[in-house]
Amino acid sequence: MKLNQLTIKQAQEKLEKKEISSVELTEACFERIKEIDDKVKACITVCEKEAMEWARKADRRRESGEQGELLGIPYIAKDNILTKGIKTTDASKILENYIAPYDATIIRRLKKAGAVLLAKANLDEFAHGASTENSVFDTSHNPWDFERVPGGSSGGSAAAVAADMCLFALGTDTGGSIRHPAGFCGVNGLKPSYGRSSRFGLIAMTSSTDVPGPITKTAEDASSVLKTIAGKDKHDATTLDAVIPNYQKEINKDIKGLKIGLPQEYFDEGLNDDVKKVIDQAIVKYKDFGAEIVDISLPHTKYGVAAYYIITPSEISSNLARFDGIRFGYTNLDGKTLEEIYKKSRGEGFGPEVKRRIMLGTYTLSAGYFDAYYLQAQKVRTIIKEEMDQAFAKVDVLLTPTSPHIAFKIGEQSDNPLSMYLEDVFMVGASLAGLSAISIPAGFSRNMPVGMHLIGPRLGEGKIFQVANIFQQNTDFHLKKPEL
Amino acid sequence: MKLEKKDIEHIANLARLELSEAELKKYGGQLSDVLSYVDQLQEVNTDDVEPTAQVTGLENVWQEDKIEIWDDAERKNTLKQAPKIEKNQIKVKRVLK
Repeated sequence: MKLNQLTIKQAQEKLEKKEISSVELTEACFERIKEIDDKVKACITVCEKEAMEWARKADRRRESGEQGELLGIPYIAKDNILTKGIKTTDASKILENYIAPYDATIIRRLKKAGAVLLAKANLDEFAHGASTENSVFDTSHNPWDFERVPGGSSGGSAAAVAADMCLFALGTDTGGSIRHPAGFCGVNGLKPSYGRSSRFGLIAMTSSTDVPGPITKTAEDASSVLKTIAGKDKHDATTLDAVIPNYQKEINKDIKGLKIGLPQEYFDEGLNDDVKKVIDQAIVKYKDFGAEIVDISLPHTKYGVAAYYIITPSEISSNLARFDGIRFGYTNLDGKTLEEIYKKSRGEGFGPEVKRRIMLGTYTLSAGYFDAYYLQAQKVRTIIKEEMDQAFAKVDVLLTPTSPHIAFKIGEQSDNPLSMYLEDVFMVGASLAGLSAISIPAGFSRNMPVGMHLIGPRLGEGKIFQVANIFQQNTDFHLKKPEL
Repeated sequence: MKLEKKDIEHIANLARLELSEAELKKYGGQLSDVLSYVDQLQEVNTDDVEPTAQVTGLENVWQEDKIEIWDDAERKNTLKQAPKIEKNQIKVKRVLK
């Protein structure tokens, strides 16, 4: 096995035993990036010089006796997460040359832990999309089939992990953007509970649902990364001051008697037969493990996407007002007035989907429409949240497919924004309610990965790690690699 | 809800976006489709339901109002991002007529 193929846990053990160094591990990842990324196109910016320096530093720290789960572990970050001194483009023309003067909190915490940043990963421009086709640079390709999308918006991050360019990656998730590509690429994608990990230094999108999280090769690895990035941050007032549990202890607990809920609305028509078969087989396995399977109903599920696609553009139209061509980013100074500079800089700097969302949000927040759209969506959000909270009074976790189908072909739906929005159908509920959720590999359909989605209560990450881990202890779907 | 060209122009103006003719035409249809889809929210009975703006349950997160000196290199790098600088200030077009 090559070093870049290792999980965090495996690499950490080898580093500890001094069988390998972080420099060797990091070199193996760059070798893989150089070998394969002209086909996968997962990376926007590769920072080899800096990474080698960080790797040497990690080795020195280990030499001097320091230990740590992520010390010397190479990773890739989605390019909407600010990294000091290294370009952060958000896959947009408006930030094409932007270099952040400071690190996002999660990057800072990973640096402190000694993790090694290799590159910045491709995404849909401003994280608006579910395929990476909205990137101003390139569309990333699914390592399982280059003609298919990796999903999105954290598509570059998921593709990089699936192709073993790194040991883990960071994504961000406002309505499925970590879980969706994780499902399409056959890797693990954790959306932590809202407020569990800091948003400081993420380029803002849907602030009320946004949360950064890891994309990893095993569920157990996701718990290692979460432990490092989680926790209160004085720069993000929405972070939770809650204990970070010892996930390692929770993850290996027996699941006998644990109640897994199947929300019937997630298994309705629209779900591809092959995907359903894979998920049904996983459910049978959980029965064998001793879990109790409970049918439940979440009748407002069908309104999730509609509520999300009012709330999201509304928050976007406000958040993206800061891109005005004045302080940073793309600017067109040809305008005669300040207003003309705004309009030209924004009109030329933003891509089509970003403009659509800004306009949609401007409309739904505008006088005369606010009550009918935004306020109504926020009320429906309350109903969805309460409905899901009530479900957790009856069950420990919810199990659903991550997506209704396997990864679609590049170009197949790029001209139809609405069908792209519907990609999020099984994931927006957990986002609107701020719950914890993970997508793990559940099996294959036509040699393409199928994701299984486990939703836990707010701050219930330990529970979903536990349920995910027992599946991975007894199956090998997460160990399968695409042939590249 | 069908958006006409003049509606799109109005929204684009509010959003400070300069759009081409082709864009005005294309977005009109696409945004109308999305609005028709989200219209289904009107069927949900939300009488006596409070809106949810955030889910943390946190209220009034305070911190001391204390000036922290910004790292000089970070400050300079931040200013460097602006297209026009004069005497350490970002220069913009006149705001008042």
